[in-house]
Amino acid sequence: MPFFTSRGCILSDPTHDLVCSDLMKDFDGFRAVDHVSFEVPKGSFFSILGPSGCGKTTLLRMIAGFQSPTTGDLLIKGKSMIGVPPNKRPVSMVFQHLALFPTMSIGDNVGFGLRQRGVARADIARRVDEVLDRVGLPGVSTRRIDQLSGGQKQRVAIARCMILEPDVLLLDEPLGALDLKLREHMKVELKSLQAAFDTTFVYITHDQSEALVMSDNIAVMNQGRFEQVGAPHEVYHNPQTAFVAGFVGDANKIDAKVSAVNGTRLTLTSSAGTEMKVEETGSSLMVGQAVQVFLRPEAIELSKSKDGIEDELNVSRCTVNAVLFNGSNSSVMVRDKAGSLFSVALPQTGSLADLREGDEVFTCWRPQKARCYPAPEV
Amino acid sequence: MRSDASKLGFYLLLAPIVLWLLVLIILPHVGLFIVSISEKIGPRIYETGFGNYATFFGEPLYWRTFARTAIMSILATALTLILGFPIAYYIAKLTRGRTKTTLFLMCMIPFWVSELVRTFGWMILLRETGVISTTLQIIGVISGPIELLYNDAAIMVGLVYTSILFMVVPLVTTLDSLDDSLIEAGYDLGGTTTSILREIVIPHAMPGIVSGCIVVFMLSLGNYLTPILLGGKDSLWFTGMIYNQFITRFNWELGSALGFLLLALSSAIVFLGLKLSKQSLSNTMGRA
Ligand SMILES: Nc1ncnc2c1ncn2[C@@H]1O[C@H](COP(=O)(O)OP(=O)(O)O)[C@@H](O)[C@H]1O
Ligand SMILES: [Mg+2]
Repeated sequence: MPFFTSRGCILSDPTHDLVCSDLMKDFDGFRAVDHVSFEVPKGSFFSILGPSGCGKTTLLRMIAGFQSPTTGDLLIKGKSMIGVPPNKRPVSMVFQHLALFPTMSIGDNVGFGLRQRGVARADIARRVDEVLDRVGLPGVSTRRIDQLSGGQKQRVAIARCMILEPDVLLLDEPLGALDLKLREHMKVELKSLQAAFDTTFVYITHDQSEALVMSDNIAVMNQGRFEQVGAPHEVYHNPQTAFVAGFVGDANKIDAKVSAVNGTRLTLTSSAGTEMKVEETGSSLMVGQAVQVFLRPEAIELSKSKDGIEDELNVSRCTVNAVLFNGSNSSVMVRDKAGSLFSVALPQTGSLADLREGDEVFTCWRPQKARCYPAPEV
Repeated sequence: MRSDASKLGFYLLLAPIVLWLLVLIILPHVGLFIVSISEKIGPRIYETGFGNYATFFGEPLYWRTFARTAIMSILATALTLILGFPIAYYIAKLTRGRTKTTLFLMCMIPFWVSELVRTFGWMILLRETGVISTTLQIIGVISGPIELLYNDAAIMVGLVYTSILFMVVPLVTTLDSLDDSLIEAGYDLGGTTTSILREIVIPHAMPGIVSGCIVVFMLSLGNYLTPILLGGKDSLWFTGMIYNQFITRFNWELGSALGFLLLALSSAIVFLGLKLSKQSLSNTMGRA
């Protein structure tokens, strides 16, 4: 599997299907995409994850050619795409609402691109059947679009693009309109389709679980900028900014101040007055500085007694505020002495299944588990 | 009890439509038909028969005028479509918000004055001593005054002008409902402007095109004022001929027969148009 290379690598590298360097887009006075640079290795699944309004669609539309960047360059297979119209670019796009042509049959929809290229009729029919087969919809080419279910339409939209054998397939939140069950199913399916076609996918979404499940690499985007680019586990376990830590996965956020620095070991005092120990390598935090601490619910351990818990852990006595049962994702809300609420994952073993509201528990977490960032200036 | 009451309400609400259809559409046509099949064989003596229809087919002036009216109306409809489509496309797809409303209103402004005044406006422009003739003389394109009125081109201009709104409105409505992302998807898949127009935009706009064409065709075919005023006495428009039979000649029987033939003609052409464009009347009227 190809890995993401660090920034500033050679631009015309043939192993990269798509290279964006310093892309920027201004809409009269408003910067939608702000100095974005990234490379997507050939055949990989690249996701851009960010809250709605952060500029994902704008970025994708620049790659597709519907919008031209204010500054910056964009290379597909090593060729600059600046000034190339969308119908001449070797990319295809699956639109947010799919944009299947309602006046055409499914076969005509899928064959549209080949017709534009002037491919012979018999050839088109054969290739349409072939690609519909590959997406698991054999024999539907004479049917109308409205005779398909949501998931089937999705696959037709992908087939319509893949029949043109694009270098890069762009997908704009294609699962957004589906219901939860189908979305879970399509996640797996999209990933396997990508592997089967062996095409580079650039996928944008605001749903972190879609990005985490499917991607080889994720770029987390916020207010037009890329906050972090990396493999899913890297982004999840090693978020580089406070935004990434808060946006990807669940996390308890604690506002605190640094009260002591001892090498990599920081001692913090939360705004509620609780003392915490945090291990942070390579940070330049100073005593007195305001910080934000992010702590994943599954990083906190629960126990009914204090026995056997090492001293260097952050231990506190809490009361259960609520038990949120959600199958394997069950969690409890606990309140510590200072009154702050924390979300804690319930262990899968079921050892604490009898926990009830008002029970007393001990929480503990390792200093290495928390992530600590300077608080943003207000 | 309750269903009786709601039934009564249903019939009460239906009553105006039924009355309207019966009194204003069906009754006059039944009367017209009865008059059209009565032949005058002496003063106040009538006989039932199709003699009036035979008169129409026996006299070349009648059926030639009939054919000419049909062809000119079809031509006017086609011209209106060709002119109206780009206007509608521009309003529906290339403008937003305030500009869109303003342009739409500007299309409508000419209809705030009566048809008579509008037609006189064209006469002022086109006549021998009119604005266009005078201007052309002043810039020296022509040496003497020219008469632009009283020919088929003048009729065509008038017909297109009076009916273009009825083409633009249904077209704007259907084009408005065309999702921009469909057009973008067309480009993305390698389509050119012409192929996207042919394969995506026009099929989508078809109900609007057909309903606009039906309305414009009917308006042109049944137009009386414009052909008479802009085409002059010899304009040879079928409605003019019907008018003559009723008012000038007092031949109500032949007039009724001609009126019925006009109805048959317009129905036949609309039916043919729907068949050729593979649309159904309910589909076009429902969607546009
Ligand atoms: N054509 C445009 N003109 C002006 N502003 C735009 C235009 N398109 C998008 N924007 C703005 O750019 C920002 C990013 O939009 P978008 O790329 O659609 O976000 P996302 O897809 O991440 O939700 C939004 O604030 C939006 O209002
Ligand atoms: Mg978007």
